[in-house]
Amino acid sequence: MRGVPLIPETASTFAQQYDLLFWFLTAVTVFFTVLIFALVLYFAYKYRRGSSASRAGAKDTDLRLEIGWSLIPLTVGLVVFVWSAKMYADVYGPPPENALEIFVIGKQWMWHVQHPNGIRENNELHVPAGRPVKLTMISQDVIHSFFVPAFRIKRDVLPGRYNTVWFTPTKPGKYHLFCAEYCGTQHSRMIGWVYVLEPAEYEKWLASGGEARPGAVASGAGTMAGVSTASLVEAGKQLYTQLRCNACHGTADGQRGPTHYGLFGKKVKLRDGTVVVADEQYIRESILRPLAKVVDGYEPIMPSYEGLLNEERTLQLVAYIKSLKKPSQVAEVKP
Amino acid sequence: MSMTVARPGEVRHNYLNAGDTVLSWLLTTDHKRIAILYLVSVTFFFMVGGLLAALIRLELLTPQGDLMTSENYNRVFTMHGVVMIFLFLIPAIPAVLGNFLVPLMVGARDLAFPRLNLASWYLYMAGGLIATWAMVRGGVDTGWTFYPPYSSSYSTSQVTLTIIGAFIIGFSSIATGINFIVTVHKMRAPGLTWFRLPLFIWAHYATSVIIVLGTPVVAITLLLVVVERVFRLGIFDPALGGDPILFQHLFWFYSHPAVYIMILPAMGVISEVVACFSRKRVFGYHFVAFSSIAIAVIGFLVWGHHMFTTGQSVYAGMAFSLLSFLVAVPSAVKVFNWTATMYKGTIDLRAPMLYVMGFLGLFVIGGLTGLFLASLATDIHLQDTYFVVAHFHYIMVGGTIFGYLAGLHFWWPKMTGRMYPEGIAKLAALIIFAGFNLTFLPQFVLGFLGMPRRYHWYPEEWQMLHVMSSAGAALLGLGYILPMFYLLWSLRNGALAGPNPWGATGLEWKTDSPPITHNFEETPIVTEEPYAYDNHHQHEEVASGTGTGTTETRDSV
Repeated sequence: MRGVPLIPETASTFAQQYDLLFWFLTAVTVFFTVLIFALVLYFAYKYRRGSSASRAGAKDTDLRLEIGWSLIPLTVGLVVFVWSAKMYADVYGPPPENALEIFVIGKQWMWHVQHPNGIRENNELHVPAGRPVKLTMISQDVIHSFFVPAFRIKRDVLPGRYNTVWFTPTKPGKYHLFCAEYCGTQHSRMIGWVYVLEPAEYEKWLASGGEARPGAVASGAGTMAGVSTASLVEAGKQLYTQLRCNACHGTADGQRGPTHYGLFGKKVKLRDGTVVVADEQYIRESILRPLAKVVDGYEPIMPSYEGLLNEERTLQLVAYIKSLKKPSQVAEVKP
Repeated sequence: MSMTVARPGEVRHNYLNAGDTVLSWLLTTDHKRIAILYLVSVTFFFMVGGLLAALIRLELLTPQGDLMTSENYNRVFTMHGVVMIFLFLIPAIPAVLGNFLVPLMVGARDLAFPRLNLASWYLYMAGGLIATWAMVRGGVDTGWTFYPPYSSSYSTSQVTLTIIGAFIIGFSSIATGINFIVTVHKMRAPGLTWFRLPLFIWAHYATSVIIVLGTPVVAITLLLVVVERVFRLGIFDPALGGDPILFQHLFWFYSHPAVYIMILPAMGVISEVVACFSRKRVFGYHFVAFSSIAIAVIGFLVWGHHMFTTGQSVYAGMAFSLLSFLVAVPSAVKVFNWTATMYKGTIDLRAPMLYVMGFLGLFVIGGLTGLFLASLATDIHLQDTYFVVAHFHYIMVGGTIFGYLAGLHFWWPKMTGRMYPEGIAKLAALIIFAGFNLTFLPQFVLGFLGMPRRYHWYPEEWQMLHVMSSAGAALLGLGYILPMFYLLWSLRNGALAGPNPWGATGLEWKTDSPPITHNFEETPIVTEEPYAYDNHHQHEEVASGTGTGTTETRDSV
């Protein structure tokens, strides 16, 4: 049938590995389906009532045979399990060092994207070909799911918690972006496009502040790319000052609060003795619900910012706190 | 109930003519009459669910959401799921065929707790009517999965009422499950050892264990959604300090085993029918019996495979994936064993046997496509797409409904004393098989292409596949309507069946059709293995049209 698509586009490194496993499983499925269909029809014909086919030696049990056909599905299953689990641990595991980090906020019923340099997009995502992209995602309301079929990736976007996924686009083009987790009335309209650009074109797009759309046609799906006045970190810094975070959190651990400089990625000991890693999730929680995890040696005195900050502004703060290096680290970096 | 020999022209006592007032039905404690009550009710709800499915397929004929608003579309697919799962697929085989046959097959006069059995029907109807009332009052739009925080904090539809309905229906399942477990343990006829039990009983026993262990969990979980929704107590909504993933764990802890609640009884039916129409013992009886138990046990440990994309730990995902591959093994064993049962049998291609063959084909496709979803990496892309929709319809419709229809035709002569018309029944089976595949095969392709489920609008390039699917649904609908007519017709016009029109083994065939109220004139004593078809007298000519079956003498037991 012409014009009826049967296979999706393949536009990421994961999609290439994915398809190999997918077609292997398809082959297994077709083989056993045909086998069972054929046997059932053949037996139904050959041993139909009144046929003269010999029934001599008919058995009603055969232990060796039954163990045999228990082992076949078990073996196939184990092979697929190992093959698949490795890919899974990879795609949901930590991204390569050079990954581009982009933030995504899902809300009823749109996708909001924030690039590190301050470019913001709605229902569109521009990424360069050939470079790993890490998405850090959160929902402002119900559960959504970020799904790009051409990349074969999908990750649920949850309220109250950051989820990440990474991929390396391979083929420039324009691809569907869907919300895959039912999220209410306009669920099927929570869609958009992912544009994979050649690296040079991506640079142009970045430089133009997201205005230039080389090789891409405006989709008209409510897009409004634009530059905020500041990069994500700068916006976070403004907010940090405005909320007077620095009154208690100085460049070194103070009396009222620990420092944020050099905090990201560090192990933090809590009052109850447990040790946690200061990742995005921890920083977000400590802003919104400071009493959930109080650092060892400090009193639970910080006020909650829950309800005062939306996910977008929380993300800016988290990005800024992430960017704060220890004074010594800063010194090392500076020439 | 003392008569033993039928005299020509005399209407014998049976459970159907034991009373003809409305109250004699509504207050009956006879498991066979309760089965008929369930048969009428599940058929009603199946028609409601089918009508909703028709609306879905009509809407999806075009990429634009133009038949109804998105609000209404979401309500339609949600109620299709709620009605079909809670009110049809879960009760269909256990509550209709199980209720009718479990006491007959174990040689008992009734279930262990006849009044509890009647109460279960009232609970079912109460829950069903509350769910219907919720529909009339605007319906519910959360998807049958009720995921919070959407269901608890955002939806403005009839969530609370629907959940109360589902909660009550759960108790009807539990009552049925307890009844079956106790009956199988305590009320087997003399000589009926565990390994002489028909596999239908093994399957219903395993199902009952799942029902009794799993249903309370989902009942409480759904109630917690109501608590959060009504009292704003933070349980699942992060804005209230809850955890939405916790809901998914609790929900799937029941709802994955629920798939086995639907499919295991169907497997029980398949074992009975394939043996009878192959005139052979079920190949590897012990393997098939224990595979039911294995499925019931392992089935409780695989729920996390619904959550591979949620962000649960990679290692938890691996454990759930591995266990999901393991649970596939006993299912595969059953398929191989049924196929082997046909080998060197004497196969009679009656309508129930056609459904069995259809079941085998569809269940293989449904099971194998399940591997794509049990496998961690492939699930990422396919999760929440039409691939999943197609997969579970192959299992639930291809499995459960084919099993149900096989069983309904097979035991129809026993339940009603009349034969169904064979020719049109075979035609209906073929139409249903063709319609089913045309409906759901294109949906695998749609899912691979990336079409998300629960989408009202969809990209234009996928229209052709949706049109094929809708055309299949129309054919499928026609196939479903046929049995409703010819089975009703057969109640008056079908040939008299006689006690054992198929020449089948099993205690249910050793009593009248329809059976007397107390099932057996005297308690049967079992002296042989199940499916003793080799020793059994050769298949006598079926009573089709002659009615001579009624005078067949009862086997001495």
